[in-house]
Amino acid sequence: MLAIEGLTKRYSTGDLALKGVTLTVAAGEVLGLIGPSGAGKSTLIRCVNRLVEPTSGTIRLDGVDLAALRGARLRAARRQIGMIFQEYALVERLTVMENLLSGRLGYTGFWASWFRRFPATDILRAYELLSRVGLAGMENKRADALSGGQRQRVGIARALMQDPKLLLVDEPTASLDPKTSRQIMRLILDLCRERGLAAIVNIHDVVLATEFLPRIVGLRAGEVVFDGPAAEVDRAVLTRIYGDEDWTAITQRLASQRERRDRDFETELEAEAA
Amino acid sequence: MTTATTEHAAPAQWRRRAPRTELLVFGAWVFALAFVSWCFQVMTAETIWSFVTDAPKQAADIGGRMIPPDWGFTRELLWPLWETLNIATLGTLIGIVIATPVAFLAARNTTPSALFVRPIALLIIVASRSINSLIWALLLVAIVGPGPLAGVFAIALRSIGFIGKLLYEAIEEIDETQVEAIDSTGAAPAQVMAYGIVPQVAPTLAGISVFRWDINIRESTVLGLVGAGGIGVKLEAALSVLAWPKVTMLLIVILATVVVSEWISARVRQKLL
Repeated sequence: MLAIEGLTKRYSTGDLALKGVTLTVAAGEVLGLIGPSGAGKSTLIRCVNRLVEPTSGTIRLDGVDLAALRGARLRAARRQIGMIFQEYALVERLTVMENLLSGRLGYTGFWASWFRRFPATDILRAYELLSRVGLAGMENKRADALSGGQRQRVGIARALMQDPKLLLVDEPTASLDPKTSRQIMRLILDLCRERGLAAIVNIHDVVLATEFLPRIVGLRAGEVVFDGPAAEVDRAVLTRIYGDEDWTAITQRLASQRERRDRDFETELEAEAA
Repeated sequence: MTTATTEHAAPAQWRRRAPRTELLVFGAWVFALAFVSWCFQVMTAETIWSFVTDAPKQAADIGGRMIPPDWGFTRELLWPLWETLNIATLGTLIGIVIATPVAFLAARNTTPSALFVRPIALLIIVASRSINSLIWALLLVAIVGPGPLAGVFAIALRSIGFIGKLLYEAIEEIDETQVEAIDSTGAAPAQVMAYGIVPQVAPTLAGISVFRWDINIRESTVLGLVGAGGIGVKLEAALSVLAWPKVTMLLIVILATVVVSEWISARVRQKLL
């Protein structure tokens, strides 16, 4: 569904952030993008919805080259791509409901949106999503009155209001505590599964990534150096992505994670057999 | 431990500056003093000292004539006072209406063209700011004739620059990630402004406007001196016939008005920010 080919980005400072990245994402596929800070993870997903202008290469979403779109056609393409931000990026002084409805701006005329006159279907959809992300009854709170986890739930709901095919998720848990991080990751993954959404998830935490995301792509200095199932992430792969380091602690946790998953799978099979 | 102390032998005394710098600083002070005394001589070359020594007596004389204030004059002042408040309020409103789009054109992150539009917007702001309300009023009395209309326009023209400058600086300091988020939903540029930028600067605009309204009340009290309406007309009349008790009364009324408007302005801004 999404096919990135030969994507490069050179910033005006001369830094080459992406060096010919090629990557495909199937419909409904969820992948984790890992890599050291400055590897170009953010730049890559921002090129997809053109918050960053790619220097060369193509980004095809269902055959349409996003890199070549301008004006109204770019905005129409952006409606299909929802984005979830690290620092939530909610409009702080607007209410939760207004933040959700801002996900419908691409489908709504200016004056209708200025006077907050959104179609009834949008309002209904907003209420449904609010209860789905666990914020029922919060619609009239101002965004800056919420906690970090609640804000990220609003951010997720706003992205889903767009009715997207693809989610771009930029470090969704970097500003959250471990427990909230896991809840947010689970929520994003569940929603993707329910709605058949594809997603690219930028994430720092390798253990969290391999637990929730079936496919891992490793980016290093603007190049894809690993692309495979989460189960294949080991000491060698981590070294290829991040460089030399004592990875024992992490690989041990990855191994026990795998064991646990296999055990769960076996008990599931046994239960089915019985 | 002993080797460490000998290696970094501590001097017995410490001075903030090296002796050479010390001398330079002293020299600079001597020069500054000499310069000030020379300036004083130039400044007072044409002063007639008998007038200056006479000043306390003259001040006491005028002060004596100013007391008691002409309390009965207050009734005549109510209408001009109302006019003054209207000049200030209307002028501020017109200023806000014009300054807001100018600020969006002047802010680096919202201007349609940094090369052509932005300099024009900045020129409007600078032109408005560099000319005092009283001078705007002088010009406008000549153009639209004497009366409060000239006053309203004078206040409005001066306010554009003030509100425009503070607002465009606020627009340039907004959180860009909120704008990116709205951008990424596929919103049109006008919607990005309405949802991503306006909510961020609205409280600032309200604060600036109330602050300017408070300044404008002060400024509109003197516009009458050049014939642009308001309580200043009465002040001008009273001064020209040396009706000192009336002048006192006028000053009391102006003082009270300014105190009240400053109090309102402070309260509103405190609530907003």
